[in-house]
Amino acid sequence: MRLLKRGLQNIQVLWQWIRRLSGQDAYERYLLHFYAHQADHLTEVASSTEHGGSEACCITQEKKVLPLTKEEFYKQWQDRKWRGINRCC
Amino acid sequence: MQIKFLKPLLWPSIAILGSLALAMVALHRGESINAIWLITAALCVYTLAYRFYAAWIAASVLALDETRATPAERLDNGRDFIPTNRWVVFGHHFAAIAGPGPLVGPTLAAQFGYLPGTLWILIGAVIGGCVQDMVTLFLSTRRNAKSLGQMARDELGAIGGTAALIGTFSIMIILIAVLGLVVVNAMKHSPWGTATVLATIPIAMIIGIYMRHLRPGQVLEASMLGVILLLGAVVAGGWIDHQETLRGWFDHEGLPLAWGVIAYGFAAAIFPVWLLLAPRDYLSTFMKLGTVIALAIAIVLLRPEIRMPAITPFIDGTGPIFGGKLFPFVFITIACGAISGFHALIASGTTPKLIANERDIRMIGYGAMLLESFVAIMAMIAATVLEPGVFFAINSPAGFVGKEAADAVAKISSWGYVVTTEQMQLLAEQMGESSLFARTGGAPSLAVGMASIFGRAFGEGMLALWYHFAIMFEAIFILTTLDAGTRVGRFMLQDMLGNLWPRMGETSWMPSVLLTSGLVVAGWGYFLYIGVIDPNGGVNILWPLFGMANQMLAAIALSVATGILVKSGKIKWVWVTAIPLVWLIIVTSTAAWQKVMSDDVRIGFFAAAKDLSEKLAAGILPPEKAAVAPHLIFNQQLDAFITIALVLILWTVVLDMLRVCWRSMCGHDVLPSDEAPYQKTRLETV
Repeated sequence: MRLLKRGLQNIQVLWQWIRRLSGQDAYERYLLHFYAHQADHLTEVASSTEHGGSEACCITQEKKVLPLTKEEFYKQWQDRKWRGINRCC
Repeated sequence: MQIKFLKPLLWPSIAILGSLALAMVALHRGESINAIWLITAALCVYTLAYRFYAAWIAASVLALDETRATPAERLDNGRDFIPTNRWVVFGHHFAAIAGPGPLVGPTLAAQFGYLPGTLWILIGAVIGGCVQDMVTLFLSTRRNAKSLGQMARDELGAIGGTAALIGTFSIMIILIAVLGLVVVNAMKHSPWGTATVLATIPIAMIIGIYMRHLRPGQVLEASMLGVILLLGAVVAGGWIDHQETLRGWFDHEGLPLAWGVIAYGFAAAIFPVWLLLAPRDYLSTFMKLGTVIALAIAIVLLRPEIRMPAITPFIDGTGPIFGGKLFPFVFITIACGAISGFHALIASGTTPKLIANERDIRMIGYGAMLLESFVAIMAMIAATVLEPGVFFAINSPAGFVGKEAADAVAKISSWGYVVTTEQMQLLAEQMGESSLFARTGGAPSLAVGMASIFGRAFGEGMLALWYHFAIMFEAIFILTTLDAGTRVGRFMLQDMLGNLWPRMGETSWMPSVLLTSGLVVAGWGYFLYIGVIDPNGGVNILWPLFGMANQMLAAIALSVATGILVKSGKIKWVWVTAIPLVWLIIVTSTAAWQKVMSDDVRIGFFAAAKDLSEKLAAGILPPEKAAVAPHLIFNQQLDAFITIALVLILWTVVLDMLRVCWRSMCGHDVLPSDEAPYQKTRLETV
């Protein structure tokens, strides 16, 4: 039973490696990175208040940026990959 | 306790075993030699080189600093710059650098016997290619993943940068042309091969649509489906080959196939990447890795005998596959299997953006090139397990040995390599081909060698399937390189023209896409056309040109590295890059001199053009040759001027590097080092 469990664990580890090497888990890693650096993705939007006239007064608003969808991510990922020299002789 | 006792004996044992194997490889004459000696010698050499030479370079010359943050960490954006596990980076880097070059080059170089090519694959890789890859990867990583061209410009000056740009563009054009020629020659009068290769286009499109729209991101699923479809295409090709009517649709001369490849190249360059290029790349990567592993296993299990002699008489320059003596042409021909300038473009492109820690550079830079060198050794084995007579019958052009089978076997047998028409006919039938005579370019003979190895290891009754599987495997990643190279050439041209008219620099503006793609395709398409109409098979012209361009680019990369080492005050270690650099300068310059100035019509471009002109004027050429003679004459002259231009670029960069080194050593002002400032890493492990 223990052997079986160990065998299954090894297969799982191997499968994760295959997913990593092939790029299949790229979106998951993108999401991990996105949420780990969530503060960097908040944008500042300056807008004038109702005071009007010559007084300029700005209120800074934070607008949350959502992560790319899976489809959007893979489209960009593919397009970006083939921008430079990627395959040799 | 026992293990501790044995540990000090490990490396001396490997050294002794490697020496014995090398001695066997180098000194054995007469009867055949077992391939296991080559494998043993290679593995021992690689192990010792990695453990001692690479480690010393990493520690003393480059001084890799594992406490230093890499650009992947500092500029981590989750997209381009991503600290990545070293094994994943190794896989991606190896997939990027391992192209058809290490398969084709050794196959052609086997003309000289197995020994010269094998020794150069081992020595050249350990002292040259691996050093170039590792040093370039390190320098780029320290400079925020700058490209080779950018580093050349920033460290040496505008001359170095411009030379790198021209070198990159020219090698791209020549490379695609020669690879296109390899594929065309593999498909020529081979309905099975042509049908299978043609089928890879809709298969790639199906996979592209599947990954883009049906199941986005399901790379493994799509690749599995693609591999199944590809194997089905190999089997279906066999069925087509047995249908009289269908067979005729796929049975073509070289020229129509060349036009097809040119049309394909143009279409692939303008279509979106997800439709053809990306899915083809996934499929070719899986096929490449799987086939290389299977070939290695088969060779180790079978331990086949190498039939080719260690050294053939053709070291004197009279060889049928390409003209030229052992020196310098074995080095020019092997190219990628030992040193490849193209790798410097990869090592200063995507890979540096993924390096999580500098200590990974040794494994990825040096190690991946060692693995590619091992692929080259296996290609050498696959080519030399064939009977020499068979090898030369497949690879010798009709223009050299005669059009008729009887003439060819008589000539080849007169060299001491006995072969009969019956033997070749039987072999062709076994491989499912109508004929294997004059199937130049390296791909068919490599496929025959691989088929015979796979057949003996995994099933002798399926030789034809193995042969066409090998052809499909070679064609699929040649065509990926063709797609990718044309696209990169297009981007480079758009960048350059964008300086004159900004609109042209917009990569998605369709008129610019069409024009620049057309120009790049016209460039390599012209050389492909010449290679196809050449009665000597085209390899004699194109492969040396590619080899010289490749080695020139390697010399540029090593010049940049040498210049930076001197500027960094590491003069006592400069020999590490300077020795392979000097060797490349000697080899490339000598090859260029001979290709331009030699009176031998099989070597010298001008001599060949002059000879053909005289024969055309005298009216002694057969009609079909007279029709294409003006094109061939013009091309030979053009190739001579291209060769001169390549050598001028090489010497310009070398002299500019020497100027910078001299100024640096004398304490004069030079461009400052562009290394990113030190920042401590916060990553533990990735």
